[in-house]
Amino acid sequence: MSGSSAPPAEPHLADAICRETRRKFLLVGGQAVLGATLFPTLRLRAQTVQAGLNAVKPAFGAGSLTEALRLLDADPIPSDDILLTVPDFVENGAMVPVEVSSRFPGVQEIYILSESNPFPLVARFSVPEDTEAFVSVRIKVASSCNIHALVHSEGRFFSAVKATTVSVGGCGA
Amino acid sequence: MPDSIRIRAQVKNGGTDIHVLMPHPMETGFKKDAAGAFIPAHYITDVDIVVAGRTVLKATLSRAVAEDPLLFFRIKGGHADDPIQVSWVDNWGGRRVDESVIKAAV
Repeated sequence: MSGSSAPPAEPHLADAICRETRRKFLLVGGQAVLGATLFPTLRLRAQTVQAGLNAVKPAFGAGSLTEALRLLDADPIPSDDILLTVPDFVENGAMVPVEVSSRFPGVQEIYILSESNPFPLVARFSVPEDTEAFVSVRIKVASSCNIHALVHSEGRFFSAVKATTVSVGGCGA
Repeated sequence: MPDSIRIRAQVKNGGTDIHVLMPHPMETGFKKDAAGAFIPAHYITDVDIVVAGRTVLKATLSRAVAEDPLLFFRIKGGHADDPIQVSWVDNWGGRRVDESVIKAAV
């Protein structure tokens, strides 16, 4: 039933991206520009990874939350009608339970995003009419950050945010 | 070959609760092995869940879904003995399809 023996389609550039992301947090303003100039190779490698993913599923290749939302063409309205359940504190970032449900009628899609991840878009669920707008999944979270739930209902996007504190990041897991 | 998909579907409160566990390493590509070399990214990208010939959930996953993805969701309706089929595809082109049936309410 399975034939998963092919080599990975993408090179192992993840470390470069991880470092790149961390540097973005550390550097500000002109320093960030300087950093990018000093490490052109890393930047180039990160771009190559993104280009590879972009060909298939654009938003999954986005390197930031803003970029992911732009690629989804979503300008979400914050809403209390989305129930997002994430633990306040988790020890292991490699297994963080996330639950999303919503009271909106005609929910078509549910997205889960983790702000600190190298690629923030974690999962997308396409919800047909006879399925309830509810999904539960366990995700990896790189470091303490906001988890976002995005609900696509009748052509509009709604969002809910919840912060979670992670003691051991799930980046290397 | 990856282990079979564990499927638990049961009629409950007028709907059906569906739990799906898909054994898979879900490697991010960020992790290094003992020798310091990167372990290639290997993760499920697409999941399709079909009940009695009707697609009830399509999931697109990234490397950031935890190892051995566990999904839990609910459908409206559903009857005992309805067939349920779960299939996944990973980024190496690997795939797995497993079937089960919905159990009656307890």
